[in-house]
Amino acid sequence: MLTILFDGIAYGMLLFVLACGLSVTLGLMNFINLAHGSFAMAGGYCTVVLVNRMGVPFLLGLPIAFLVTALLGGLFERTLYVHVYARSHLDQVLFTIGLVFMSVAAVDYTMGSSQQFVQIPQALQGQFDVYGIGMGKYRLLIIAVCGVLTIALQLILAKTRFGSRLRAAVDDQRVARGLGINVGAVFAITFAFGSGLAGLGGALGAEILGLDPTFPLKYMIYFLIVVTVGGTSSITGPFLASILLGIGDVAGKYYVPTLGAFVIYAIMIVVLIWRPQGLFARSVAR
Amino acid sequence: MTPATAPLAADVSRYLARRARWSPLEIGFWIFAFATIWLFPGKYLILKDTAILALFALSLDLIVGYAGIISLGQAAFFGLAGYFSGLIAKYGIVDEPVIALILSGFAAAALGFVTSFLVLRGSDLTRLMVTLGVSLMLGEIANRYSDLTGGADGLQGVTIAPVLGRFRFDLYGHNGYVYCLIVLFVCFLLARRIVYSPFGLSLRAVKENALRASAIGIPVKWRLVAIYTVSAGFAGIAGALLTQTTAFCSLDVFSLERSADLLLVLIIGGTGYLYGGLIGAVIYKLLQDWIADLTPQYWQFWIGLVLVAIVLVGRERIGGGNAALRAFIVRLGGRLLGRRAVPAPDRQ
Repeated sequence: MLTILFDGIAYGMLLFVLACGLSVTLGLMNFINLAHGSFAMAGGYCTVVLVNRMGVPFLLGLPIAFLVTALLGGLFERTLYVHVYARSHLDQVLFTIGLVFMSVAAVDYTMGSSQQFVQIPQALQGQFDVYGIGMGKYRLLIIAVCGVLTIALQLILAKTRFGSRLRAAVDDQRVARGLGINVGAVFAITFAFGSGLAGLGGALGAEILGLDPTFPLKYMIYFLIVVTVGGTSSITGPFLASILLGIGDVAGKYYVPTLGAFVIYAIMIVVLIWRPQGLFARSVAR
Repeated sequence: MTPATAPLAADVSRYLARRARWSPLEIGFWIFAFATIWLFPGKYLILKDTAILALFALSLDLIVGYAGIISLGQAAFFGLAGYFSGLIAKYGIVDEPVIALILSGFAAAALGFVTSFLVLRGSDLTRLMVTLGVSLMLGEIANRYSDLTGGADGLQGVTIAPVLGRFRFDLYGHNGYVYCLIVLFVCFLLARRIVYSPFGLSLRAVKENALRASAIGIPVKWRLVAIYTVSAGFAGIAGALLTQTTAFCSLDVFSLERSADLLLVLIIGGTGYLYGGLIGAVIYKLLQDWIADLTPQYWQFWIGLVLVAIVLVGRERIGGGNAALRAFIVRLGGRLLGRRAVPAPDRQ
């Protein structure tokens, strides 16, 4: 029972790191980015190449995966995404789905369609036994890393100058622009950072979520659930939503395996009917 | 009606009647469509797939192009009716394919009616999520009740009776193609009637500006519910056609890729003028056939590239080129027949 809770929290934390970049891009630019999972996949494959083929230590591979994906995200943002912000939602959906299809086929072509595994070091395998609760070491690492990241993100958003600019831009883009905040630059940095986080999540999650070329399609719906249920106005909303989703999904798969993901979709639809702006959203008319 | 508004009303109805008139180009399109039965005898299978895809895209055009609802879950109706028609044929509940087709359409429309109330709430993103969620949920249900639906192996053992008791679905797909084409044509006529009716015009008003539309007395919500239901019915007929002509139905009818591909089909052809889905389906199938010949495994990459390119170049620009071309051909056709040109409907 508690083991399920523990696994669920680890899973939820992972989902949060994967999806929080998406929630910021959505809240800031009102941009529907279905290709977010592609950046996560890029991070995962980056780690696989580094650790398995080039023998880079796993813990060093993680920050490199973050940097590579962040650079990739920044590059895509400046060259492609920037043209699509002002378009209709239909255009954004088409554009990002196109990117997902391309990334799936490209990874299939370069890396093969089979599932990839990252060799995690011996020290991180196995599990602790604390008062009868089995805790996987690797999951403990995930919780630690994601927990630190969450606190860091919250501090950046709440305490730094960049954070207040970002919050201002999310709240009211036009007024922020009028106050001399360079919303475009804020957004580019945030997008790159969010992509980097997704890449880090993909690298960490390769062990738990599995990594194959269909990753962006398989987990797209999960990221979107986190964002739509959590709302886009803060990071606590998506955080709570991902923890709930993680525990719900792990528990659902454990107790009622035959229903599969049905429970999750049903909960999502109910929540969206009940609170179309998200479970934890402030009542802002957008 | 006061005397002052009577001439105006007459003008409006004359304009509507003129708009709804068949242009020579449209007649030519359908003559060619039926001529393909004799022109390409060896290609019935791909032609049949194209006809089904065209009908499916037509159903999406009704809600995207005319009502402005973005959906990633049109596959829900396609799949539901696909399984429905497969099951009633398998257990011999309704043998006649035409009646089964209509019943499947109604089943899908019923689902559309029920889910429309969920879809009409919230923003574009919420709509995307709910439509996608509904189709994924149905996929899970079909997977769950595998003793009924065959689960991951697909629904097997379906035997379809001859159409009207006479035309058996043969190996070469000749009768299957003719059947699909006729169904497509009938559905197109229905859709055309709907779109050019006052009801269709009110939908356009809703799409342009829902607030103003409700201010001039259009019941926005019920209009959207109605068109969503109709669109679901058409998508259902397309799904049932697929099951009937292949005597098989598998879980991938509910997949996200199916809905996403459908959006691409519609975008290639252009939204909001009914022929978009049809033309898009033809181009998409040709493109798919051609690319799959070149790189069988990675054709998805090129499809993605086409999507990205279309958006970056600008849908309006492509659509605008179409509109100018159409206006030109309509004028040309009108002059040939010695008749005044029909003004092309305004596009924004």
